[in-house]
Amino acid sequence: MIEFKLPSLGAEMDEGTLLEWKVKPGDPVKKGDVVAVVDTSKSAIDVEIWETGTVYELVHQPPEVLPVGTVIALLLEPGETPEHAEMERRRMAVAMPPPAPSAPAPLPPGSTPSRPAAEAPAARVRVSPAARKRAADLGLDVAVIAGTGPQGAVTIEDVEKAAARPAPKDRAAEMRRAIGAAMARSKREIPHYYLATDIPLARVTQWLAARNRDRPVTERLLLAVPLLKAVALALRKYPEFSGFFRQDRFVPGAGVHLGVAISLRQGGLIAPALRDVDVLSLDALMRALVDLVARARALTLRSSEMTDATITVTNLGDEGVELVQGVIYPPQVALVGFGRVTERPWVENGQVVVMPVVTASLAADHRASDGHRGALFLAEIARLLQAPETLDTASPSYPAARS
Amino acid sequence: MNDHDLREVVIATLCRIAPEVAPGELRSDAPLRDQVDLDSMDWLNFLVGLHGRLGVDIPEADYRKLVTLDDVVAYLAARRGGTPSMPAP
Repeated sequence: MIEFKLPSLGAEMDEGTLLEWKVKPGDPVKKGDVVAVVDTSKSAIDVEIWETGTVYELVHQPPEVLPVGTVIALLLEPGETPEHAEMERRRMAVAMPPPAPSAPAPLPPGSTPSRPAAEAPAARVRVSPAARKRAADLGLDVAVIAGTGPQGAVTIEDVEKAAARPAPKDRAAEMRRAIGAAMARSKREIPHYYLATDIPLARVTQWLAARNRDRPVTERLLLAVPLLKAVALALRKYPEFSGFFRQDRFVPGAGVHLGVAISLRQGGLIAPALRDVDVLSLDALMRALVDLVARARALTLRSSEMTDATITVTNLGDEGVELVQGVIYPPQVALVGFGRVTERPWVENGQVVVMPVVTASLAADHRASDGHRGALFLAEIARLLQAPETLDTASPSYPAARS
Repeated sequence: MNDHDLREVVIATLCRIAPEVAPGELRSDAPLRDQVDLDSMDWLNFLVGLHGRLGVDIPEADYRKLVTLDDVVAYLAARRGGTPSMPAP
């Protein structure tokens, strides 16, 4: 039997609200299928499953606030029978009794067992100790919660359902809190170092203008596309900036997945992953970027997009700043920032010329890399942007990043 | 379609991109990007929206002509048929 647990969808997430099931018992599922919608402090996320099987039981029903790691569904493995699953479940139930007592409370001596509990005076609320504690934690009055347990007892699930239902979320405040928690962790744990370099963009902007000139508006590329591609290709050569710092060591990412910082109109930001940017053509990358930004703003991202990014790239140039000094999103180990493209005096071949220039910056984790390699990584991004025609396909001189 | 109708289409397209915009508060003669928070992706989506609604494909070289709402409306009016546009009622 497969236990499907509520996944963590970001560094700051410790609980989520199950909003909707996209499957029902008996449905076959395979890796990558969206099975549920879960609300986090940032967004409602389509949660994917990473195993193949058949849905056996939906353990929790929406709407319900649940801690990360809660088993929310059980699935039959391929070839497994429901009988076998039941056997296994009984074994698990014996090994791990549920926290909330589900058995009826023993009757006090002398009471008449014939009287059904449903007729008990309404003033007397049956409530499990765990549910009472949870209600107190949540600031709820157990007397107003409808019980669904034995003899109408209020269970911990009832308390959490009641907590999930009425209070509409202050999304902006929650997102601010979530960003604050992740960034506080980053500043507390990650020994950041910062580097920046100016990159001339005359070649790439001219190349882009020529390429866009004859294309309809629906097929044009934004400057962000060659910038992202250059970062992705440079990461193949400097893989120590693409991955995660976990359990005291650096773990390289399986693929170059760029988290793209997207500001949301209602405030806050989200940095979902563009996958395998190093092998995408520029047109494919543009389509993927348009789609990702649209879905981020419509709050329809997938769970893998929330967790797969191996580095973050942020572009604050449209807002007019020249230099980004980024805060790394844990457990990632680096962030690349681009500022505004400005026309600046630039010396080339002994001549002062006016040149569009961008300041690219790197914030990186000193536990995973040193400034020397960081400098080479930024220089590689600059070098790639001087040959924009080579960005469209992965250069064969680079080793593949796949593991 | 007269200038008034064109203006309505432009504003409706803009509001799809930036729902926080209050159409009544937009100044026609002040730079759009000073009044509305539009990044380069929003701007591209705005032009894609205009293309879809009006059939006018605005080349990149003309972006710099489109500073104010008045500029956008005048540009679209000129590109759609080239006849002098009707004054707004």
